[in-house]
Amino acid sequence: MKYAYYPGCSAKGSSKDYEMSTQAVCRQLDMVLEEIPGWNCCGSTPAHAVDTELSAALCARNLDIAARQGAQLLLTPCPSCLSNLRAAAQRMEKPTFRQRVNELLDEPAAETFPEVISVMQAIAREKENLVKRVRLSLKGVRLAAYYGCLMSRPAERMRFEDPENPLLMENLLAACGAEMVDFPLKTACCGAAFGIPERAMTARNSGRILELAVRLGVDAIVTACPLCQMNLDLRQTQAGRAFETRFHMPVIYYTQALGLALGFTQRELGLHKLAVSAEGLLNKLDGLRRAPAAEGGQS
Amino acid sequence: MNDTVDLNRMRDTAFTAQVEALSGQNISACYQCGNCTAGCPAGFAYDVQVSQIMRGVQLGLKDRVLRSRSLWMCLSCSTCSQRCPNNIDVAAVMETLRHMARKAGIVSVPKMEKFWLSFLNTVRLFGRSHEIGTMVLYMLRSLRLHTDVDLAPTALAKGKLGLLPHIPPGGAEPVERIFTRYKERAQREGVRP
Repeated sequence: MKYAYYPGCSAKGSSKDYEMSTQAVCRQLDMVLEEIPGWNCCGSTPAHAVDTELSAALCARNLDIAARQGAQLLLTPCPSCLSNLRAAAQRMEKPTFRQRVNELLDEPAAETFPEVISVMQAIAREKENLVKRVRLSLKGVRLAAYYGCLMSRPAERMRFEDPENPLLMENLLAACGAEMVDFPLKTACCGAAFGIPERAMTARNSGRILELAVRLGVDAIVTACPLCQMNLDLRQTQAGRAFETRFHMPVIYYTQALGLALGFTQRELGLHKLAVSAEGLLNKLDGLRRAPAAEGGQS
Repeated sequence: MNDTVDLNRMRDTAFTAQVEALSGQNISACYQCGNCTAGCPAGFAYDVQVSQIMRGVQLGLKDRVLRSRSLWMCLSCSTCSQRCPNNIDVAAVMETLRHMARKAGIVSVPKMEKFWLSFLNTVRLFGRSHEIGTMVLYMLRSLRLHTDVDLAPTALAKGKLGLLPHIPPGGAEPVERIFTRYKERAQREGVRP
């Protein structure tokens, strides 16, 4: 099946690995992601922090492109893009707001927009297909699913499962054999874009998440957000300093975990791009693969 | 900080109505349970806690509220909104207040605004955000020349930072025009763009 696709700016920069693994997994599930032509940045947090109409205009241009392509559905991997695109569509239902936003655009935006959902939700619709294609069971691997704050909140905007206890990622990964721990901080904030201007905010919030994951003895944190991944992985040393410790917790994208189960190589999934190496996890998987079938290595 | 509030002198009753209209929230429904403050991951960096801000809006303490640093330290994670027993979208109120403060030219944590504007500048220039560009502009604006240099070697080695911006095919001009119109309109309306 073909889908209109909005990768978001991170896909071209800091989360190339998310993009690689998303494409790999979708390809394997016969989901074709077609980038909408000439898309621009959704404005992310800075745009809505400064002005709602500016944020909506940046989003509306993308929604308009997708609408003109005749798309019914628009997929994005990034929770921040998802949140902004959905917020803009929702706010533009109000005629006065729509009018103000249209004034900022080259021409008025399409009257109706496609619904924007997360790639994760689209993959979940292919769960049966996914289970059939698992080549290497993740049985024996212990993971914590971390959604971050944007995927499920605000609830009436995102309509993404329980706003404080989503289970979609757990369901997908458990279907591939992984052991998913109960992770109470799964929708806590990682400190968002404060890493640059206010490092203490990010170090403290990310540190809490890393600390809990360590205590729960997981092999990795699995995330769906490029900014969360960056804060927890690239900024892990900074978080460790704030907590007077050294964390060593791999933080991978859920698509990388699914990709491993589907039999892709580390390189195909961009796992070599992690700041904190996932070698332990990969060695464990390797060991499981070699172990007798009765032990649940091969599926 | 002086905790005494002179309600006769400091109240601006129109303020409450204005915040309600702009945020679309019924602020009078807040009964000060403190759930928002209890769950706030940024509260440790606030000068006025979020439940106190809600009370301040109810009382019409415009100046006190709009000058608060908290408006700029809010992470927009919506935990407060999720946990409000009266269904107030508290995060939307915080955002509305930040917009009002900015438009009035009150920026209590300038570095936050500098960071956001640096990011948006790269979007205006390239149509898509650019991480290194944002960093460089922010360093220049804030004169913080050491920000995150410790991360650069890893990020570069892992190919996580694109040195060159990624411009959409067809160019960045359509996006630049959005910013130009936005700025012109703000100037016409006499508010900070």
